[in-house]
Amino acid sequence: MQVPAPVEYERATSVDDAIAKLERYGPEARLIAGGHSLIPMMKLRLARPEVLIDINDLTDLAYIKREGDELRIGAMARHRDLLESHVAFEYYPIFRDAEEVIADPVVRNRGTIGGSICQADPSEDLSAAFAAVKADMVIQSSSGERIVPNPEFHRGPYTTAVGDGEMLTEVRVAIRPGCGSAYEKVERRVGDWAVTAVGACIQLDGDTITEVGIGLAAVSAQHFRSAGAEDILRGGPATEEQFAAAAAAAAEGCNPSSDQRGPADYKRHLARVLTLRALRRATARARGQEA
Amino acid sequence: MQVTMTVNGKEVTRDVEPRLLLVHFIRDELGLTGTHWGCDTSNCGACVLWMDGEPVKSCTVLTPMAAGREIRTVEDLEQDGVLDPIQQGFVSQHGLQCGFCTPGMMMTCRHLLDHNPDPSEHEIRVAISGQICRCTGYENIVRSVRWAAEHTTSEEVSA
Ligand SMILES: Cc1cc2nc3c(=O)[nH]c(=O)nc-3n(C[C@H](O)[C@H](O)[C@H](O)COP(=O)(O)OP(=O)(O)OC[C@H]3O[C@@H](n4cnc5c(N)ncnc54)[C@H](O)[C@@H]3O)c2cc1C
Ligand code: FES
Ligand code: FES
Repeated sequence: MQVPAPVEYERATSVDDAIAKLERYGPEARLIAGGHSLIPMMKLRLARPEVLIDINDLTDLAYIKREGDELRIGAMARHRDLLESHVAFEYYPIFRDAEEVIADPVVRNRGTIGGSICQADPSEDLSAAFAAVKADMVIQSSSGERIVPNPEFHRGPYTTAVGDGEMLTEVRVAIRPGCGSAYEKVERRVGDWAVTAVGACIQLDGDTITEVGIGLAAVSAQHFRSAGAEDILRGGPATEEQFAAAAAAAAEGCNPSSDQRGPADYKRHLARVLTLRALRRATARARGQEA
Repeated sequence: MQVTMTVNGKEVTRDVEPRLLLVHFIRDELGLTGTHWGCDTSNCGACVLWMDGEPVKSCTVLTPMAAGREIRTVEDLEQDGVLDPIQQGFVSQHGLQCGFCTPGMMMTCRHLLDHNPDPSEHEIRVAISGQICRCTGYENIVRSVRWAAEHTTSEEVSA
């Protein structure tokens, strides 16, 4: 039986209170949201925080809404909220695609959007989805709020731009006209982490791709992203030839390793095929040909 | 630390270590052994109970996180000697063999039926996709849930 190491527990009553507690207890304190990454790590003693600060009472951070030209997702929105959100689906179907294959329905009742991206597991699906849509992350500390653009948020496996005494409060995604998005994942069985997954977001002006994002999970792509594939596509026509060239670049630019989920060359193959499929679906959606 | 929560409608208070997992609190502190514990990896779903009306894996919740919340376990399905239709469904459709997965399955499926009274086979399979049954091959579990969808009034427990 796996049991976490001894730990102190406190509850935060507000964002300010959570930050004050983080400052008081220092680097050995950790926020706990859904706990569905942190508790398994504590059971394995891969994490041994001295103090847990429970932020589940911060229900005012559980929103998903449109504000001006942005989709705003509060850090305490659960996976299930994002899966079922009509407003998120209207502008970014990529999130429903991804949420349908993240963990399982019971885990999705608890796991939060904030916890997911702050965990920064190299296989985290939402990190790839947010890389594809170029989301901005809102980080709060006692000295105020700062906004970190997506590529600067993930510093490497399990490390993010969130520093000591700081917490993530919100994810912002610009709403772009003529935009289509999709997420494709291959998993060994329902509820498992990705063997490989790819998200694509495409903005069209007629047949020209004006902006594009390609996000990859589980293949050690830098910042969960293929800048090479994006460069090939941006400014060019939305054609099969272009998609094939971008997919090849995405596969080449990632750095998968062999593990129990599959050999590296298979994952690289998946990166290419899934990039192609995600681009086709995102484009069909941008053209209004597919829901 | 002292924690107080409502379990199956009754308030309980206990002194616990904050690291105690909710599944062990429910089983070992409260003696409600209907909730099972089957893995260390949050994968099997034997431990599913409701917290504030939502099915959760209680092996992945720390006991103090449940303080002030409402917990409902499988023991609360039967009321005054009358089985819940979901229980009756598992009985009549042979939805269990060893019964290890059954409490978690029933808690998830009761919640499904409360929100979707007429689920398709696919919807049932999605709902239980985070839970593992080693015995039935799931077929009879799906039938049990369908049975419960079609028989919404409880029947007397037949001994
Ligand atoms: C069985 C199982 C299967 C899973 N399958 C998948 C999958 O297929 N794909 C996938 O992407 N994920 C998967 N997950 C992970 C799941 O998505 C987690 O819920 C999620 O990664 C973490 O969210 P949480 O709210 O539970 O975070 P927690 O475990 O509470 O926290 C995770 C980390 O983030 C920090 N943190 C939390 N909130 C904040 C905040 N607001 N600001 C700063 N730091 C914060 C914590 O201190 C901790 O370090 C799976 C999990 C399980 C248990
Ligand atoms: S005991 Fe909770 S998921 Fe297995
Ligand atoms: S009945 Fe034995 S595990 Fe499901």
